[in-house]
Amino acid sequence: MSLRVRSLAASLTGQAISVFARFMTAPRAIWQGIEPVPRQRVYFANHSSNGDFVLLWTVLPPNLRRQTRPVAALDYWLKSPLRAFIGREVFNAVLIDRRPEARVADPVAQMVEALDQHASLILFPEGQRNSSDAVLLPFKSGLYHLAKSQPEVDLVPVWIANLNKVMPKGEIIPVPLICTLTFGAPLHLSADEAKDAFLARASSALLALAPGNPA
Amino acid sequence: MSSPHLLWLLSGVGGILVLASILGEILRQRLSPDGTNPVIENLNARIAAWWVMVILLAIAFLAGKTGVVLLFALCSFAALREFLTLTTHNRGDHWSLVACFFLVLPLQYYFVLIDWYGMYAVFVPVYVFLLLPVLSALRGSTKDFLVRVSETQWALMICVYCISHVPALLYLQIPGFEGRNVILIAYLIFVVQLSDVMQYVWGKLLGRTKIAPTLSPSKTWEGFIGGSLTAIAVGTSLWWMTPFTMAQAAGMCLILTLMGFFGGLVMSAIKRDRGVKDWGHLIAGHGGFIDRLDSVIFAAPIFFHVTRYYWSLT
Repeated sequence: MSLRVRSLAASLTGQAISVFARFMTAPRAIWQGIEPVPRQRVYFANHSSNGDFVLLWTVLPPNLRRQTRPVAALDYWLKSPLRAFIGREVFNAVLIDRRPEARVADPVAQMVEALDQHASLILFPEGQRNSSDAVLLPFKSGLYHLAKSQPEVDLVPVWIANLNKVMPKGEIIPVPLICTLTFGAPLHLSADEAKDAFLARASSALLALAPGNPA
Repeated sequence: MSSPHLLWLLSGVGGILVLASILGEILRQRLSPDGTNPVIENLNARIAAWWVMVILLAIAFLAGKTGVVLLFALCSFAALREFLTLTTHNRGDHWSLVACFFLVLPLQYYFVLIDWYGMYAVFVPVYVFLLLPVLSALRGSTKDFLVRVSETQWALMICVYCISHVPALLYLQIPGFEGRNVILIAYLIFVVQLSDVMQYVWGKLLGRTKIAPTLSPSKTWEGFIGGSLTAIAVGTSLWWMTPFTMAQAAGMCLILTLMGFFGGLVMSAIKRDRGVKDWGHLIAGHGGFIDRLDSVIFAAPIFFHVTRYYWSLT
């Protein structure tokens, strides 16, 4: 019984977070290179705000949303019981440990396991929030390892625009501004493509979706 | 807050929409059976959105003063969200932007709700104008300072101040017109939007000579004159439900259509400058809230003040 109550609470909390995100940002999804169809995908996006995955999750159609899990930092999401509830039960996040010295499970293995269970993933390959002046930080290698171990899965670049202005780092109250999410054409690892070459290609595919850049 | 005249006006609009929906469906079957003609698809999306807007407005009218004030406060919120998305600001403006949404907007509509004319008439152009830049100045960033504070003030004037004059019409005290003020709002919106729609229709049918080619390819003299004259004719013929005589109603309709046209022109110039086609995407077929409200935004304060000066006791 209490399990059912918890899962109902999780679902309602998810709805509430989603409604709040829509109220603040009126998010607009532009499906530029791909259609919102139920295929297994890894959505990889730029990361400038804690709300990034919430917004991406919000603009997915409900049937895709249910099978899509964000990949998030364990040290952040297990800090308090509320965060743990939201991270684990509301968003069903794949929680990975960013600290190599402390981790008990390999992040790539955790993501591959989620993909094996037919989930889609939301991934931020920069590995941390970008509060620098650079448009995009260098990618971590996780995306490459996923592409290598699951070559049939679509890797979809998603550019999230404006969310860093809604809630700049260090501010408490968000300001309502319209955000757009541009979904690009899917990538796959080419035969004998090297790690650095692939990550550079993925990074420029994502960057090409930023407003002001020629598509 | 219902009056027989309001019901007639709403039924009339309902009738027009039924007719438009039937016409849209016939055009779709003739010209766009597989849904590929963008003009026809856009036309039908616009008609569908009109249904939603008219029904929401009718519900607000039934809910009384608070309902109307709340509806336009929400419109202001959505419009301000669109406008400030396109203006210049940096991290130093965060608190002043937060204040725009969560302090200035609710206060302005609260002053309207409690009918404090002396306050809501000067709140944004005086108090906010002087105090809001202080928040940005205190954060210390001087880069583009004048541009940032001016654009924020413009956003508030357009999206909050001007729009709030629509519900303010409910509080005018016109002898012999007591209890029917909601007609003023319905009349304002009806004439202005009819003019917009008829300018679109006349422009599509006869439009040749562009008024401002660099600004908007769809604004033509043929459309403007045809649309305005149609709206003035229909608006004048409804004079009996307003506080105006027939000649006065014609003059009011002329003001409304002219101001509405100017609103569309100025807001197009801003969109052009910022390189966008629409202000937003939430109203299917129309674009954003400001795309639909631009003409009302310019017409409402003038309509309010002319009516207040010549007809109202307050």
